[in-house]
Amino acid sequence: MAGKPTEPVDITGAMVTQAPALADWLVVAPIIICLLGGAFLLAQRKNTAIQGRTAVAILALLVVAAVGLLVHVLNNGPIVMTMGRWLPPFGISFAVDVLGALLVLVGALVAFFCCLYALTEIDTEHRRYGFFPFLVLLMAGVSGAFLTGDIFNLYVWFEVLLIASFGLLILGNEKAQLDGAVKYAFLNLIATTLFLIATGYLYGLVGTLNMADIAVRVAELPDGAPINTIAALYLLAFAMKAAAFPVFSWLPASYHTPRIVVSAVFAGLLTKVGVYALLRTLVMLMPASLAVFADILAWIAGATMLIGVLGALAQSDIRRTMGYLVVSGIGSMLAGVALMSDLGLMGSIMYAVHSMIVMTALYMTCGLMIHRTGSHDLRGLGGLYGKDPFLSAIFLILAFAISGLPPFSGFWPKLTLVQASLSGGDGWLAAAILVTGFLTTIAVGRIWVMSFWRGGPSGTPDGESITQEAMPLSDPADRRDMLFPIIGLTALVIALGFLPRPYLNVAAGGAGGLLYSESYIGSVLGTEAADAAIGQELATETEAPEDNSAEGSQSGDGS
Amino acid sequence: MEVALSALIGIFFMTAVYLMLSPHIIRILLGVVVLGNAVNLLIFTNGRLTREVPPIVPDDVIVAAPTIANPLPQALVLTAIVISFSFFAFLLTLAYRAYQELDTDDTDTMRIAEPADEAAPPTGY
Repeated sequence: MAGKPTEPVDITGAMVTQAPALADWLVVAPIIICLLGGAFLLAQRKNTAIQGRTAVAILALLVVAAVGLLVHVLNNGPIVMTMGRWLPPFGISFAVDVLGALLVLVGALVAFFCCLYALTEIDTEHRRYGFFPFLVLLMAGVSGAFLTGDIFNLYVWFEVLLIASFGLLILGNEKAQLDGAVKYAFLNLIATTLFLIATGYLYGLVGTLNMADIAVRVAELPDGAPINTIAALYLLAFAMKAAAFPVFSWLPASYHTPRIVVSAVFAGLLTKVGVYALLRTLVMLMPASLAVFADILAWIAGATMLIGVLGALAQSDIRRTMGYLVVSGIGSMLAGVALMSDLGLMGSIMYAVHSMIVMTALYMTCGLMIHRTGSHDLRGLGGLYGKDPFLSAIFLILAFAISGLPPFSGFWPKLTLVQASLSGGDGWLAAAILVTGFLTTIAVGRIWVMSFWRGGPSGTPDGESITQEAMPLSDPADRRDMLFPIIGLTALVIALGFLPRPYLNVAAGGAGGLLYSESYIGSVLGTEAADAAIGQELATETEAPEDNSAEGSQSGDGS
Repeated sequence: MEVALSALIGIFFMTAVYLMLSPHIIRILLGVVVLGNAVNLLIFTNGRLTREVPPIVPDDVIVAAPTIANPLPQALVLTAIVISFSFFAFLLTLAYRAYQELDTDDTDTMRIAEPADEAAPPTGY
């Protein structure tokens, strides 16, 4: 190179000069595991015999890495790793705080149990279409979205998970699937394009893509900068991804069409990535703009909850009922975001975790019910209590959990959200949450009564029970294999209900990390930058520290 | 220059929204393509426009000249082009398969997944 300077250039100001600590590699481990695993499975696409078990092993490894990551983040605070050695904000950073690590773990668990379920549910033909590679690559997108610290990189991970979800959705090529996929694909692509538009404008305004740097610079913007417009675009884009009212129509149009295990994966993961992105951008990056839109978001949340559950009541296809219940749950999560308090965000995060687990388990249970009766319509279901009392108990537990009834996992988030709405002065929002819970009880209770409690399909005389086994699933080993992942997820539901303490603390840590983002910003940019960040008006408004909020909901239970 | 490009982007968005409001998939698809290009131009313009200065640091200097072009929007646009092109390919195939199977490209008549005449759920046993 001509004119090369003779003295070595001091690069410590621009580049990372030390190798990251070994434990910090955990922050990219989920993505590496999924991408390498996905590539291997793609190469073995025709080798259907080994695909399933390999995918289970890969996802088990992902769960282990996610557990390690969460423990590491809880002990040592946010971890950052920067690609290409360029110091932030110039290089692309992966940064994970408690919220990101928690969601990666729950997402990995959901995917792991879905993969176990798929060993029975997905036959050789669908394996050849590539179910397992798509599932693992979907997890690469989901984990990447939770872990990245760069907003354009977040867009890229959104597209990775979107293209993998297209593959899963049209697996099988049935007419209804193509119909649902057309609506799902176009509306989701438009939503991610809106996200890209907002990111383009944000880059034009603040000149950076690193999230920590954005948080600092947005707080320093002069009055009159069009940040609220950008926040509105993000709100629209992520509300669409999360399936909030009035832009949720793609979800009930498509979620009932693919194989039931695909619906279970989608219900557990996809909409929650939208909620996560909403939390990250609006709460952490643009809290002042979120305050401007808080009232609108609260109305959106209330409408999403109620319209979701009313939609669930209006369906006779149980798979479509579940789709609307996913929408309804999104409303509860958005309610916590709209409240913008410690307690509200904690409720949102807890509800997201609960909803990921319960909705996946409910879809899987529906799958088993459909296999046992050959029908997915309320008229055709019946007599399952006699055939499978154990399954009916599991469905009842999940029904209690999704309705927010104690003592299962749904109770604590709902309690926290109601308490947060009341202390925030939004009594009507608390009422909406409670009415939604009541209507959800009716919706799932009706499924239980009609499918399990009565003797047979519609028209069966009272008191008689029809016990013929006309099922495609007659092998008892299949029932056991499909029941196992459901039992695993149900055990989590029960554990979160009876031992809420760690769950409350981790969620409080996640909410604190979003509201008081100094430690996140500090770990990415260095502590001076974090001190300079002045966007902490919210911090002074709500003085309750993490432990108090956890205590608050505990004592709320006793009263 | 920025004003002219902004106006052009506005026209692109207008065209895209108009096309996407159509019930016919093929028009929506064209709308999505135009939308993708509108976004690419938008990112490019947001990165500030400079004329004829490549984003390359000359050999004999360490610090880049102040009038150098911003390479980041170009990288972003490149990524966005790749993604939108692959999605376009997928959507085109999907639309064609849907047309083959469902015999229509009118989304108003695509009611296989959500039948219009679906009965209400039973009110009793």
